[in-house]
Amino acid sequence: MSAVNPQELEATVAAPSGGEVVSTGSPWRLLGRTFVQNRLAVLGVVLVVLIVLFSFIGPLLYHTDQYSPNLLDTNLHPGGSYPLGSDNSGYDILGRLMLGGRSSIEVGLAVGFISTLFGLLYGAISGFFGKALDSIMMRVVDIGLAIPVVFLFIFMAQVYKPSLSLLIFLLALVSWLVPARLVRGETLTLRTREYAEALQVMGGRPWRVILRHIIPNTIGTIVVTVTFQIANAILILAILQYLGFGLPPSIPTWGTMLASGVTYLQDGYWWEVYPALIMIVITVVAFNFIGDALQDAFDVRLQEK
Amino acid sequence: MTRFIIGRLIQAVIVTLGVTIITFILLHALPGSLARDILGNRATPQAIKQFNDANDLEKPIYAQYWNFLDKLLHGNLGYSFKLDRTTDSLLGSELPKDLVLGGVSLILSLLIAIPVGVLQAVRRNRPADYAATGASFLLYSMPQYAIAILLIQFLAISFHVFPAEAPQSSTVGGMLSHPSGLVLPIASLTLVSFAQFSRYMRSSALDTLAQDYMRTARAKGLPERLVLWRHLLRNSLLTVVTLVGMSIPLVLTGTLIIEQVFNFPGAGLEYYTAATTNDYEVLLGITVLVGVTTVLGNLLADIAYAILDPRIRY
Repeated sequence: MSAVNPQELEATVAAPSGGEVVSTGSPWRLLGRTFVQNRLAVLGVVLVVLIVLFSFIGPLLYHTDQYSPNLLDTNLHPGGSYPLGSDNSGYDILGRLMLGGRSSIEVGLAVGFISTLFGLLYGAISGFFGKALDSIMMRVVDIGLAIPVVFLFIFMAQVYKPSLSLLIFLLALVSWLVPARLVRGETLTLRTREYAEALQVMGGRPWRVILRHIIPNTIGTIVVTVTFQIANAILILAILQYLGFGLPPSIPTWGTMLASGVTYLQDGYWWEVYPALIMIVITVVAFNFIGDALQDAFDVRLQEK
Repeated sequence: MTRFIIGRLIQAVIVTLGVTIITFILLHALPGSLARDILGNRATPQAIKQFNDANDLEKPIYAQYWNFLDKLLHGNLGYSFKLDRTTDSLLGSELPKDLVLGGVSLILSLLIAIPVGVLQAVRRNRPADYAATGASFLLYSMPQYAIAILLIQFLAISFHVFPAEAPQSSTVGGMLSHPSGLVLPIASLTLVSFAQFSRYMRSSALDTLAQDYMRTARAKGLPERLVLWRHLLRNSLLTVVTLVGMSIPLVLTGTLIIEQVFNFPGAGLEYYTAATTNDYEVLLGITVLVGVTTVLGNLLADIAYAILDPRIRY
């Protein structure tokens, strides 16, 4: 593959002759600048901050009763004491959006970090030791990727009472596979670098090579993966809630709101559908914006081929 | 090359076995008794024993698994006591409908995504690229059912252009005689795949644009149109192999979600029904089928890629 990155090409062409010399600073500052120059990335960060504030600080300022249904005020049109209307149990939709955001973001962040961390260790070990161990570990990943995600959730719904921690565990269980594959691929090239080989020749233990030399060099992939994993987890959560294999109704999420609202679409109760949908889309788009920009900044390729 | 293909085949067999073992064990670990479910709460212990003996349910799990595998290799996916028919006959009547839904939307999404992706790469960072990227980003960030719901809202409820439900017919012919009902399910699935495909196509076309042979083609004075057709499009088309491979399970079994939203009578909807009615036999059969087609799709894509791209040699 050729080494010319079209972006660099444009940069050299567009560079003004005799312009001022800009200090590039540390790699982290360079990264930060590339990231900030991407307007969509900044927008993504702003959106995430706003959504987090809305979901976690919002309920402190805007008090609503989200525990006892109010059957006198069901399916009310937005306006009056219900700025975004009320749902079929009489819950205030604005207040419920905040509560739903809390669980969605908690799940997204937890799954994103847990699955990436586990996938990182797994992929690094598999790629570093290679040979038979690598084959076995990678077949396990293949098997995991071939089993439909929904199947696990159907299985768990039969056995356990759904809870937030169980759901996070399950989502992490299906999400670590792709990061593991990516990190393994990267480790395969990293372990043959001179500094990694030198350490081994000097008698460095495998763990030391993995922890001090391989893992730090995959930081770009990891940071990018975490953001995409968060977005994916929020999306999968919304789909599972819709199918009814997620959390119980006592823990509201955007997905549950959407699923119950859709049944009233024919009746024209649009305010029970679109607010939750818009929140999901904005959140996922925001994390994807950040991920894309980080991908550019770190110049990582997530495609395997 | 032969070594590579044989190696990949062995891997595929191992992975397929792994998928069957895991799904089999998980489903058998579930609480409840099939005999009680079928014979009812007032069944006598004798009747239950007889049922279990007749269906080999008393045997140790590895023996049951061996039975299952033996039947599977003979093309027998199991028997649903709840529906009183074999999973094979169930899928035999459902899969052709999924083939229509999945096949048509796969072809449509490729037909849209390939030119859009290439155009985006050629017009990189111009308004057309931004517009297409924005659209695919938005579609990509929506839960799949949301795309379907929006289509229903606008084309079925606000304006009565197409019905919101798929035609309820048990045969492909019956479905095709009500084509208007197929429009929204197919459109939804097409948009879902388009969002993914166009991202792939764009980045693959961008890679191709940066290759040396592109510069050579232009330097030797080849008209831009020919550069695009002969060099850019053809080389970017390699990605399509991967995309099609990825989509094979989707074409075969449709998507659970789209089928659920439109009440499309296909294998995905059967899967959902089986999950809600605890019909473990059907769940097992379809899960294994999806697993096998996923493995097969990846295998075929890898082999096709190796054959089509002379730069890849194993």
